[in-house]
Amino acid sequence: MFFYIIRRLISVVVMLFIISMTTFLVFFASPVDPASLTCAKNCTPAVIEGNRKLLGFDKPITVQYANFVKGLFVARDFPDDPEQKARAPQTVFTCAAPCLGYSQRQAKSVTEIIKDGLPITASIALGAFVLWITSGVFFGIIAALNRGRWIDRLLVGVSLIGYSLPSFFIGQLLLVFIAIKWQLWPIPNFVPLSEGLWPWMQSIFLPSLTLAAIFGASYVRLTRAYMLETMSEDYIRTARAKGVKESVVVRRHGLRAALTPIVTAAGLDLGGLLGGAIISEQVFSFRGLGWTSIQAITNTDLPVIVAVVVVASFFIVIANLVVDVLYGVIDPRVRMS
Amino acid sequence: MADTSGATVTTSPSARAAGERTAYLDVRDLKVHFPTDDGLVKAVDGLNFTVERGKTIGIVGESGSGKSVTSQGILGLHRRTRARASGQIWLDGEDLMTVTDERLRELRGNKMAMIFQDPLSALHPYYTIGSQIVEAIRVHHSDTSKSAAKAKAVDLLGLVGIPNPARRVDQYPHEFSGGMRQRAMIAMALANDPSLLIADEPTTALDVTVQAQILDLMRKLQAEFGSAIIMITHDLGVVAEMADDILVMYGGKAVEHGPVNDVFYEPEHPYTWGLLTSMPRLDRARLSRLNPVPGNPPSLINVPSGCAFHPRCAFTGQVPADACRAAVPDLTAAGPGHLTRCHLEPATRAELFASEIKPRL
Repeated sequence: MFFYIIRRLISVVVMLFIISMTTFLVFFASPVDPASLTCAKNCTPAVIEGNRKLLGFDKPITVQYANFVKGLFVARDFPDDPEQKARAPQTVFTCAAPCLGYSQRQAKSVTEIIKDGLPITASIALGAFVLWITSGVFFGIIAALNRGRWIDRLLVGVSLIGYSLPSFFIGQLLLVFIAIKWQLWPIPNFVPLSEGLWPWMQSIFLPSLTLAAIFGASYVRLTRAYMLETMSEDYIRTARAKGVKESVVVRRHGLRAALTPIVTAAGLDLGGLLGGAIISEQVFSFRGLGWTSIQAITNTDLPVIVAVVVVASFFIVIANLVVDVLYGVIDPRVRMS
Repeated sequence: MADTSGATVTTSPSARAAGERTAYLDVRDLKVHFPTDDGLVKAVDGLNFTVERGKTIGIVGESGSGKSVTSQGILGLHRRTRARASGQIWLDGEDLMTVTDERLRELRGNKMAMIFQDPLSALHPYYTIGSQIVEAIRVHHSDTSKSAAKAKAVDLLGLVGIPNPARRVDQYPHEFSGGMRQRAMIAMALANDPSLLIADEPTTALDVTVQAQILDLMRKLQAEFGSAIIMITHDLGVVAEMADDILVMYGGKAVEHGPVNDVFYEPEHPYTWGLLTSMPRLDRARLSRLNPVPGNPPSLINVPSGCAFHPRCAFTGQVPADACRAAVPDLTAAGPGHLTRCHLEPATRAELFASEIKPRL
């Protein structure tokens, strides 16, 4: 098990290396001159050349990428010019490690931009994850155990509606009716976890719920399907034949086996939450990573786009690793091979 | 059509020999029907048999003849929402059809246990063999400590002939071979010394040498615990070796029922004849091809009219007035403790058997 994790960690590093290189090449080695994208109106060749030097676009692409990777471990200067630094240190921006680049547009280190957005997105994503897993699995089991009865039809029907509604619509409904019109819940305004558990939970509940609705609905159906499948397995009949109580049969024998594919799906979806978070953040005006990436795309702020992609893929790869390890914990047949 | 089996058939051969007291297991007019969208599936349609402690009854039949449904019906494993069961199942003076679900649960795995076919799918893949046996013990003996239950699990695995049980107890089903898994399954069924053991094709998935070992083991355990055994199989060889009585099922009904030697040496029903003549013989020259029973098992939704076997029976012409198609034959006595469900006159039957069947056996 230990060696398995080590082996997987190495492959994670390799994977991240490949992803970052690909993203880097796609954006910076495109036929468009990245330096000319850094200024919109009132562009003069002098400004473009200045930015080219500032962001290091004057160097070969291999050197640029090497500098980017180096910046993850040691501090980096923009522009990377020791002579200018010695002459006029105030004109040089030093970006502390881990440095993901420098956003000329926001005059900020990209790491800082990510640091601002990540806690917000992570909070929404975590809240959504908890909401969708607990409700999705719970209602899925209820539906499976009452297959064909009215409660099953109700749950499947409601989940179909939840699944079909776009999340910006659900988000708007929650915001307009729950928060504004009926005032059942305060209008969400992000509060960091450091300011208390309850204020934090209160602030992220509606955005998380928006994000959880779609996933939760699909997990009701997923759990229902897997539960129905496992509950018709021979080993369930064996458990009943042993005289095991029905509630224990469902929990210990049925759910345990049905959880494996659910954990797999959940891990992968957790990694991909960023895409959903973009919409939720827009609806509730949260300045998380989703909002950041939209800003970066509309402003063609290349260093930020690259950083967001790298950070997002980092989480997806890690989520995959966690799923694979969990899989081994849950299913002894995987542990062996 | 109503089942008209008379009072003469409510007790089986061995019970009658033992006198008037009721048998240990006494199944009376058991019916298990499943309503489906296509119609009512009459999987078991009026079955009577008894088993005494220390005795074995073999239930034989093709796939879909109702063998497994019968066994699961006795354990009450059919969901009441999906299956309609009626009749009486007396186990040690208690009618399992009328007891509460909770009482039935107490009996399952305790007084009556089941060995399933295909132990790979019947054992939970995520739990060790030991923990599954421990669960079987502690479900009915919650006062037994986990370590004591585990010690008993090790004993049981040793009893069924699993080498190195102390190490094997912590292994998962996928680490066991087919024969070892079946032994583990038997060990689990024996966990609470059941007095009624139902074995649903316990050796079908196994090769012949392992099969012989498993049957040997079951006989040994029966001698030790005095269990009543219901052996469900389509393997006549297994029945010949194990059973005291045989019940041949066709289309959800018993078509022949009697002591093992009578059924094997003087079979009465054309279906039984077909089964026996279709057995491959190693002691004969390979002159002839195998003789399967022609046709297919009947649909349990649209059971053929009259005798369910008539579309496949070669002897319907010997019965006057097309009775095979028109009326369901009764289960009637054909000898001491030997019952059969056929329209053929006993004399005609004896003649046909002597002239056409016996030479081929």
